[in-house]
Amino acid sequence: MAYFSQQLINAITLGAIYGLIAIGYTMVYGIIGMINFAHGEVFMIGAFISLIGFMICSMLGIGSAPVAILLVLLLAMAFSAVYGWAVERTAYRPLRGSFRLAPLISAIGVSIALQNYVQLVQGARPKPGGQVVSGGFNLFSVDGFDVRVTWLQIIIVVVTVVLMAGFTWLIARTSLGRQQRACEQDMKMAALLGVNVDRTISLTVVLGAALDAVAGMLFLMYYGVIDFFIGFLAGIKAFTAAVLGGIGSLPGAMLGGLLIGLIEVFWAAYFSSEYKDVAAFAILVLVLIFRPSGLLGKPEIEKV
Amino acid sequence: MGSRLPSMLKDAGLTAFVAAALGIFVVGFRTVDQGRGLTFDYHLVDLAVAVVTIFFGRLGLSLAAEGLRWPAMTLGAVMIAVGASPLQLPSGFLHWFVALGGVLLVLRGAWPWANDAVTAAAKSPSGVVLGRAGAKWSGWLLLAGAVAMPFTPFADQKTMDLGVLILTYVMLGWGLNIVVGLAGLLDLGYVAFYAVGAYSYALLSTQHGLGFWAVLPLAGMMAALFGLVLGFPVLRLRGDYLAIVTLGFGEIIRLVLLNWFDLTNGPAGIGSIPGPTLFGAVFAETAPAGKQTVSEMLGIPFNGIHRLIFLYYIILFLALITNLFTQRMRRLPVGRAWEALREDETACRALGINPTNTKLTAFAVGAMFAGFAGSFFAAKQRFISPESFVFIESAIILAIVVLGGMGSQIGVVLAAVLLIGLPEWFRDLGNYRMLAFGLAMVLIMVFRPRGLVAHREPSLRLHPVRPTGGG
Repeated sequence: MAYFSQQLINAITLGAIYGLIAIGYTMVYGIIGMINFAHGEVFMIGAFISLIGFMICSMLGIGSAPVAILLVLLLAMAFSAVYGWAVERTAYRPLRGSFRLAPLISAIGVSIALQNYVQLVQGARPKPGGQVVSGGFNLFSVDGFDVRVTWLQIIIVVVTVVLMAGFTWLIARTSLGRQQRACEQDMKMAALLGVNVDRTISLTVVLGAALDAVAGMLFLMYYGVIDFFIGFLAGIKAFTAAVLGGIGSLPGAMLGGLLIGLIEVFWAAYFSSEYKDVAAFAILVLVLIFRPSGLLGKPEIEKV
Repeated sequence: MGSRLPSMLKDAGLTAFVAAALGIFVVGFRTVDQGRGLTFDYHLVDLAVAVVTIFFGRLGLSLAAEGLRWPAMTLGAVMIAVGASPLQLPSGFLHWFVALGGVLLVLRGAWPWANDAVTAAAKSPSGVVLGRAGAKWSGWLLLAGAVAMPFTPFADQKTMDLGVLILTYVMLGWGLNIVVGLAGLLDLGYVAFYAVGAYSYALLSTQHGLGFWAVLPLAGMMAALFGLVLGFPVLRLRGDYLAIVTLGFGEIIRLVLLNWFDLTNGPAGIGSIPGPTLFGAVFAETAPAGKQTVSEMLGIPFNGIHRLIFLYYIILFLALITNLFTQRMRRLPVGRAWEALREDETACRALGINPTNTKLTAFAVGAMFAGFAGSFFAAKQRFISPESFVFIESAIILAIVVLGGMGSQIGVVLAAVLLIGLPEWFRDLGNYRMLAFGLAMVLIMVFRPRGLVAHREPSLRLHPVRPTGGG
């Protein structure tokens, strides 16, 4: 029971990180119907910017952890957003109206290029760092087995919940959210009614990239080590999460992230840690076969 | 034109600003591990040089776009001069960066002239004849060149190795072309079937003593079976879902190969795989007990290159079979159905074509050829490990198909030579190779989405259009 509770806590933490990445996938897919394959790499770049940000903070003598986290968070979000914007502007926008698979292939190219770019400028070796929060408390203990919650896990869950609430509000209440939903339903009609479609898509990618950076920072803080290759697996798993929850749906992305986190952690805890990624991919295949619209998604109606 | 200058400068400034924002942390602060935690290695000067280069590069590109070719080309020439000069830029890479930026500008400036010249040449009477002859005979010429290659004086160890490598990718490209180019299904896990073929041969030959020629069809069937098993449930999905599922499947296969120690020996891989034989004779200096070497059989002195030449002809033969098979399939009803499905699935459904079964055939046939290529790969390398079957391989094969022009057979050959042959010569460029590779994929999609040899014409038309010149 204690072991189970401990794994549950770990799974929720991991799931929150996947959920944050999944939101970016789900929003972009919802609007332009393309898998933003470079999304995982922006997550990786966000993690690197956070690492460098934390190092700069400690050089400047900012000792207080909350201040450092807040500064680095803003920094990583802002500069990763530039990556999102640049990728959308150079690799996706010129392809609007090209054949169906063109943006996806272009996105794969961006992903390969970004990975190798970071490998070139930062080196291929894993980088340790970002451990600014330590400690925690015992929730309860059973038979001498302590169930521990670290402060970091609480930070991760709180940041995720706050950002989720913020995004739900953004989509539901603001004019940007209305424009996004209009583009999602019918891009041509939205353009005729005066919505700046290019700008809306661009902003969506940028927002996704900013969330990605948050996920990258939390990942760095949680695992304490990053390298140039973390974006690939995290990206695929987060995409799985987005599909699992129902692509285009924000709560779905979060739910999917949590489920993927649960599957991965429990598979590793009770079966074998080598096959935890296989389990996540197998779930993706199964979901797509039996419920292609996801848990919370709407079934897609094909118009001719 | 003078009035446009401020807006161009503003645009170039904005681009440089974005570049600076992109680079400031990731490039400017290089993290290095020196035993006692990470420290910074500052590259801010490098970044500044790069940003200035980007500013002038963007300015030159907008000048060229405005029709001001000479200023753009002058700017390019200056950049080449700076890059090639003995000026002490902070790193060797920056010299290349500046010089290549200059080359790009000069090419961009000269592009309209070159384009006009080529168009004019193609329209002239002799150009039309040449174009038609080229379209008709270029394939045969290439084939003749490929067959004769081992007998030319260039055929040393290195060239033959490269030839075998290129032909392997040509074969994989042709196999994937059936799936992506003809049937329009984006398969990002193609390398999984390649792995299935390779491991089939490796296991059957090392553990059951079967020979290459006996296993070849089995490996193909095995890969096709995997294709059927995977394809059956997922081919009902939309295109990009299919892409992700195949990607996931590719990773699953790799992870299973990596972790199933009893069968695959895990990350250590399988070694001492026997090579292919010629009528039972082996390619080696001394034959194992009960076998004969090829040099004994033919009565020629032993030379290590014979084995390579033999491998070269095997892969050439396999690749040609793939090509011939594809060409014939396109004339069959199922091949026509593939192309029809690629163009419009809904219409196909209305005409009574079963989309799932049709896609499944394309998927399985493509997988089968990957299986053939995989068992050839295992026989050639004599050692395989999961390292050889990573996602990037799938991406490279896909890039070959896309760059070649989806559905074009000759385009795949050109693209394989470009993408595999060229980088192989520039091996020492290391990681820059893959960076350029990724950027090239983006640039091709943006500027030439139909590929080098654009060919998406359906093989069959109800009302044939008269052929026009060009090619």
